[in-house]
Amino acid sequence: MDSAELLQRESFVEKNARQRVQYLLDAASLRELLDPFERLSSPWLPLQDIVTQADDGVVIARGTIDGVAVVVAAIEPAFQGGSMGEVGGAKIAGALELALEDARASKPVVPVLLLETGSVRLQEANCGLAAIAEIHAAIVALRQHVPVVGVISGPVGCFGGMSIAAGLCSTLIATREARLGLNGPQVIEQEAGVDEFDSRDRPMIWSLTGGAQRHATHLVDTLCDDDSADIRTAIAGAVARPVGNLARTQAVDAHLERLRALDTGRRADAEWAREVMAEEIHGSGEGS
Amino acid sequence: MSTQEQGSRGAAWLAALTDNASRAAGFPDSVQVVDGSMGEHSARYIAVVPDADNAYPRARGGEVGLVEGWALAQAVRQVVSADADADAGAAQKRAIVAVIDVPSQAYGRSEEAFGIHQALAAAAEAYATAREAGHPVLGLIVGKAMSGAFLAHGYQANRLIALDDAGVQVHAMGKQAAARITQRTVEGVEQLAETITPMAYDIASFDTLGLLFARVSVADADRPSDEDLDRIRQTLERALADIGQDVSLASRLDADGRAASVKVRERLRAQWNGD
Amino acid sequence: MQRLSLDYPAGAPAAARALAGVVGSGDLEVLLEPAENGRSTVAITTSVDGVNDIWTAVIDRIFADADQPAVALEINDFGATPAVVRLRIAQAMEQAASGAGRT
Repeated sequence: MDSAELLQRESFVEKNARQRVQYLLDAASLRELLDPFERLSSPWLPLQDIVTQADDGVVIARGTIDGVAVVVAAIEPAFQGGSMGEVGGAKIAGALELALEDARASKPVVPVLLLETGSVRLQEANCGLAAIAEIHAAIVALRQHVPVVGVISGPVGCFGGMSIAAGLCSTLIATREARLGLNGPQVIEQEAGVDEFDSRDRPMIWSLTGGAQRHATHLVDTLCDDDSADIRTAIAGAVARPVGNLARTQAVDAHLERLRALDTGRRADAEWAREVMAEEIHGSGEGS
Repeated sequence: MSTQEQGSRGAAWLAALTDNASRAAGFPDSVQVVDGSMGEHSARYIAVVPDADNAYPRARGGEVGLVEGWALAQAVRQVVSADADADAGAAQKRAIVAVIDVPSQAYGRSEEAFGIHQALAAAAEAYATAREAGHPVLGLIVGKAMSGAFLAHGYQANRLIALDDAGVQVHAMGKQAAARITQRTVEGVEQLAETITPMAYDIASFDTLGLLFARVSVADADRPSDEDLDRIRQTLERALADIGQDVSLASRLDADGRAASVKVRERLRAQWNGD
Repeated sequence: MQRLSLDYPAGAPAAARALAGVVGSGDLEVLLEPAENGRSTVAITTSVDGVNDIWTAVIDRIFADADQPAVALEINDFGATPAVVRLRIAQAMEQAASGAGRT
């Protein structure tokens, strides 16, 4: 890429959640639900002397993307690390549940999830965890009817229970600035020790969990640069795709076979993971 | 039973609930699967248990790791496939009982490198798919139900039942790690948990959130007595009857326990279709 | 965390409501709504303790002109500098004036 191209790029990562939604939806189609002036903020943070955000860090909007009816749920990366509290979690779960009702009534609305989250907000721990279980339930049920599109753009990445949500999406789109993993580096180091995982070793962390690696190992479908137009094009393609099986969650035998063949005494690195996972698993072979 | 398993509540309750019936073949030692009954119904019981010989070192203590996630998916999907042609409902579709005692997901380098989030997604999806297909899915919390491990093993159940015991805990993160991430001391975390209900680790606090179908007292949570077992079996059957045709998680929304979760949904519904 | 309420004489109600910023490190969220004729109110919640004087000085200057539109401002602050505070409030005022509404 030359410098002229770089200058023309409009960063997606630098936009806040509401700006991302405004960018993605067709002009004049956007209708935000439970906007900040509804003042549905966290009931738990003020009890702990923590400042709230009026929308609890989640933007829900209906509208269209290239004419396809969608509901976008965007997590604000800057507010509390994109963590899922009770209100923000209920906004996402509730929107997905309503989309499911519509889908069952033959009024398809395609969910697009902008997943930018360190996962459960520990100040609201069990309320966040419960909401994430409800989000999982809704995504699985929705996939019978419509595609569910996940986007991880960065800078926070997508972790914890919400990385499981990402793994349930029909199509997962990520940028090179994104990371995707179950456990955050600090927690792994805390639980397993610095020899197992050094949370300050950024090159190692990016090599294992960065967007490019996740794409090369087929845990992400589409890899984008941090370019708003590219990301929008990828999303527009994904929302228009027909519903299908998801080998990533359903091809049980093939995944187990691969894991059982691994030399688990070996220290994992990015290159080895790419070798092992080079071949994309297809089909929906169920364990029997 | 190895020495490791003797300390496992999951293994103890799984064995007791199935009268020590033999395990289904084809699963790793860390995922125990037993086909048994629940009253007049057939049921598959599933537990994740410690395995000192687990090939994955970070999953030897009963954690849900890469193999465990996919094996759980396999155990559940087998039932869904086998009963695919049966009519929905408890009488036709086998019940699935997740016996839950999971200290955490596995924390490790290999786990992240090979996509543990995807393994857990496969497990969560299998349970959710079974529930949607009309299988009564029950979660029986006998020990720890922590974080991603709980999301993969049990949190998709139609109804959750917990032993009323000090060793039963539900949370998003262990205390040490939670303290580090929130930049507090462990004492600070414990103190907050006393006033902020969702931060508490104990099952009585969790129960006030409205997420449980029942919390059941037992004499010994480590070694179930016949009376304990009777009480739990009765509660499981009561939960099975309560499910009826409900394939959703709607019964968890409690206006007293999670007022904001209910309010957000009401307001969203009111705005969903515009003016 | 600290709360602070201020009010000022003002002109006619603002034309529209507006939003600027997020509650991220070094930033703040401003919710602007039209207020009753003649009076503007500012309700601040900030993560930084012991800086009431600075807030009062910054906001006093912004509302020094009593002919400005009457607004009810809610500010949720996560350690913004006075320059960022002025920027976000100006953004919200501008939006409200242009009638752009919610952003």
